[in-house]
Amino acid sequence: MKEGTDDVTTMTEPALRVQTRRRPLPPSERLERIFTVENVSALYGGRHALKDVSLEIHKNLITAVIGPSGCGKSTFIRCLNRMNDVVPGFTMTGTIRYHGQNITAADVDPVAVRRNIGMVFQRPNPFPKSIYDNIAWGLKVLGMRDDLEGRVERALVQAALWDEVKDRLKAPAVSLSGGQQQRLCIARAIAVEPDVVLMDEPASALDPIATAAIEQLMHDLRDEYTFVIVTHNMQQAARLADMTAFFSVARGDEGERFGELVEYDATEKIFTAPADPRTEDYVTGRFG
Amino acid sequence: MSAHGITRAAQRADRLPRRRAVNRLMEALAALSALLAIALLSLLVYSVARRGAAQLDLDLLTKGPAGAFSFTPTASGFANAFAGSLVLVVLATAMALPVGILTALYLTEFARPATRGVVSLGLDVLNGVPAIVVGIFVFGLLVVGRGQSGFAGAFALACLMLPLVARATMEVLALVPASLREASLALGVPPWRTTLGIVLPQAVGGIVTGTTLAVARVAGETAPLLFTSSLVGSGVSWNPQHALQSVPVAIFEASEQADPTLHAQAWAAATVLLAFILVTSLAARALAARSRRRIATSR
Repeated sequence: MKEGTDDVTTMTEPALRVQTRRRPLPPSERLERIFTVENVSALYGGRHALKDVSLEIHKNLITAVIGPSGCGKSTFIRCLNRMNDVVPGFTMTGTIRYHGQNITAADVDPVAVRRNIGMVFQRPNPFPKSIYDNIAWGLKVLGMRDDLEGRVERALVQAALWDEVKDRLKAPAVSLSGGQQQRLCIARAIAVEPDVVLMDEPASALDPIATAAIEQLMHDLRDEYTFVIVTHNMQQAARLADMTAFFSVARGDEGERFGELVEYDATEKIFTAPADPRTEDYVTGRFG
Repeated sequence: MSAHGITRAAQRADRLPRRRAVNRLMEALAALSALLAIALLSLLVYSVARRGAAQLDLDLLTKGPAGAFSFTPTASGFANAFAGSLVLVVLATAMALPVGILTALYLTEFARPATRGVVSLGLDVLNGVPAIVVGIFVFGLLVVGRGQSGFAGAFALACLMLPLVARATMEVLALVPASLREASLALGVPPWRTTLGIVLPQAVGGIVTGTTLAVARVAGETAPLLFTSSLVGSGVSWNPQHALQSVPVAIFEASEQADPTLHAQAWAAATVLLAFILVTSLAARALAARSRRRIATSR
């Protein structure tokens, strides 16, 4: 599989034939740092889920987080918008700077963090409201009441859903298909104009065609937003991401398992010339 | 392990016939017990309705007792009791419902697990407090020095409703998927707006169900009202500043009288009360099923 990675299209099914969407990385001095993650460890009930992660995430790039189950990749991106705060027994150490500001500090309101850093979840979770209200509700609550209809329409257009739903905006969101629901969730997230959109395996519950639609829209929106996407679909990371972080499961001295960052580099590098043998084993399918 | 074979001989060796018989016996006992419970209910409804049928007419609902006091009359109806019960239950619901819902919201949405455990236990204990004790408590708190009133009676009933409403609400809030809360929080919506705009609308059906059950329960309570709202005149009163008659207390008082017509009226009122409780319980069940279906489809 390693041989195929320089031409990603050849290793996917014809139905999924999506062009590699990566573009050349801009020179590093032109990259703006949006997150600086330093020595982050995450614990559930006192047990490490993630140990000592440090990396930088850049503005207007798509950053993929890949790795096997249990490597802490979801835990990691949920740290970026303080979403883990709602999990009982969760604690973390280390700092995460967002535009230079430490968002893990106790005096930072997680509501303000999430206002800037939106999230799309693994399983589509539309509100039990109409398609229109799924997007309009957040806008209204957050005080973005001017041109409500225009904002809803723009979000649906951006999420490539407008044509499919424009005639039935009052229909319940749960009447949509899974892929449409997930695009609605993306529309809901971008309607409130976040700076970053975190995506926690957004396509794992979807069929290949819906997956392709979501990749297409991330591709179309990447100049306006910064995406961080967790995926265990390596082809997806290879097609989509500019930068890729590979997490893996490590074993501690007493046999306890926790996730750690193995390697973080340009996607090209991760998939063609990884520095760490564990990365190479994973991306070539020799893992486990 | 040839003993586990399926031939007849092997089955006998395995004492299978005996085990099968024991199984049948236990099944039959369990079914019989279930039947007994249903039979008891049917018998109760039948015997109450049979004795009450003679006096079951519109006068019972529309006319007050004939005498000066509800317990020395020559009887024509229980209108004051039905009016009083209505006022008492509505007032009690108005008191218990908001506090019960907010308690449940606090416990499921905001409290730490340790606090939740302690308060939930408190609710369960409150639920187990005998109604007569609640009556004495409210008597000491609101009646001594001020006299009986509909408010005091309603407050006593509200004490009994509170844990029922809170517990029912907690149960249905727990059914609301966490993914919906996360979806809202991830937009940068504050937790209380998430609760109000996303969680609570999902729970309305369950809250209505719990409240309906609580209404059915307290509508038949006598003990809390004896001390707090029982010394009444014979006229129909809607004013909760004075003591109000109620159906269970009126049944109790009428059954203590010598007049056989009053006895029959007590049975008739008991029939009406029973019918009300049966209907509200059934309605609550239907509502519960409906709201559970709604939550299931939104998951």
